[in-house]
Amino acid sequence: MSVVVKIPTQLRASAGGEASVDVSGTTVAEVLDALFERHAELRERLCDESGDLRRFVNVYVGGEDIRFGAALQTPVADGAEVQILPAVAGG
Amino acid sequence: MGATNLGCRECGAAYELDASYVCSRCFGPLEVVYDHTELTTDVAELRRRIQGGPQNIWRYSDFLPVLDGQPGPSGRVSSRAGLPAGCTPLIRADRLAERLGLGEVWVKNDAANPTHSFKDRVVSVAAARARELGFEVLACASTGNLANSVAANAAALGLESYVFIPADLEEQKILATGVYGTNLVKVRGNYDDVNRLCTELSGERDWAFVNVNLRPYYAEGSKTLAYEIAEQLGWETPDRIVAPVASGSLYTKIAKGFREFLDLGLITGDVPAMHGAQAQGCSPVAQAWDGGHDVCRPVKPDTIAKSLAIGNPADGPYALELARTSGGSIEAVTDDEVRDGIRLLAETTGVFTETAGGVTTATLAKLAAEGTIGSGDRVVLVITGEGLKTLDAVRGTFESFEIDASFDAFETEVEPIASGLRVA
Repeated sequence: MSVVVKIPTQLRASAGGEASVDVSGTTVAEVLDALFERHAELRERLCDESGDLRRFVNVYVGGEDIRFGAALQTPVADGAEVQILPAVAGG
Repeated sequence: MGATNLGCRECGAAYELDASYVCSRCFGPLEVVYDHTELTTDVAELRRRIQGGPQNIWRYSDFLPVLDGQPGPSGRVSSRAGLPAGCTPLIRADRLAERLGLGEVWVKNDAANPTHSFKDRVVSVAAARARELGFEVLACASTGNLANSVAANAAALGLESYVFIPADLEEQKILATGVYGTNLVKVRGNYDDVNRLCTELSGERDWAFVNVNLRPYYAEGSKTLAYEIAEQLGWETPDRIVAPVASGSLYTKIAKGFREFLDLGLITGDVPAMHGAQAQGCSPVAQAWDGGHDVCRPVKPDTIAKSLAIGNPADGPYALELARTSGGSIEAVTDDEVRDGIRLLAETTGVFTETAGGVTTATLAKLAAEGTIGSGDRVVLVITGEGLKTLDAVRGTFESFEIDASFDAFETEVEPIASGLRVA
């Protein structure tokens, strides 16, 4: 199960400068764990002490915010794109 | 200027005053931090300096994050200053107050800005800072009003621009954007999709996205609404504010503006009770308020109030905190109440507002009916945009007469009905 995780510019320094990382996993939680295994520094950037996503971190699977799905348990299909972006106010 | 750095609202980490908006440590939003100690020595002189300043937001340049203060004098080089935003009317609305059983209601009519919404305030500040930082392209993700403002301000300043909007936006807002010669990009999706695309694009293009990478500067422009309200009330705060909530940025920055002036001793009173207004079809913040939560669950917007249709409000947590600490609330009203609100404001004040103003007016009416706002309160209703931009909202809400061009026709077909009399 291969999944592409798109890394926002602000986090690329913590991800070896990469704009996207290929990992495997069937849920968002598994995908993120696999990502953190490769780039440990990303865990504290994105998650709080209890392991939950920080409140200004948005994660999308195939363009859909995971809070519309099952949050970290949202399924991720083979070949899907997982995108991490900061929440930005202002319309 | 008083701005010293950018600081993370979550963890406090400090950053340079450049085009960044997110904390690289904890992903929290960055905000401009000021040192106003120099301004505290002579408050009377500061007040005079503001009063002697230009009739636009740059009279408050001590409190805005641009290095050179007011961006250029008027005259030959006036094109360097862009469109003059702000100094919009604060109208005493006695007949609206009477209809609602209230005592003192004021309408802050921000439709009276150059592109007819409060967005000119935020874009002016973001564009000024973007030029200082050397950007040549302005861009934005917009629900419509911002699109108008970015396209117009870029034209005024001679900058190139890219404007991204949801493809299903009101036609008036699309036309009033394209006319300025911007690169207008209609995205198939809602605002949250547009915002996601622009957040990604801002990392890949060297552009000034006013509400993404320039967001810390942009958001500061909203404080000028509070400065003006206080100055127009004779350097006093009102008791209550009713303002719209989309992302929560305007709502929270109005309170910040009052707090800054109170801290400096420029104005008297307290931070007003802040009442936030949302449309029920897109009310993630009001739902969180009702449920007692401190974060918002995103929603898919379905409302005629498209300028407020942000389903994933990034400043939601701060809006909830402010409603709590200020003694205010976050309310939601139905689309029918929004239409009624537009009519109520128009009929009692002569101000024709877009759907967002219908949301705030309906919310004021609701709070008055509940008794939350009473006749002893001095209330300011914030009207952020112009009715001509959302004409569909009032279609079918009133009747008119059609007659032949004859006196008899007028006398028999119109007058008896218009005056409420029946011909025997």
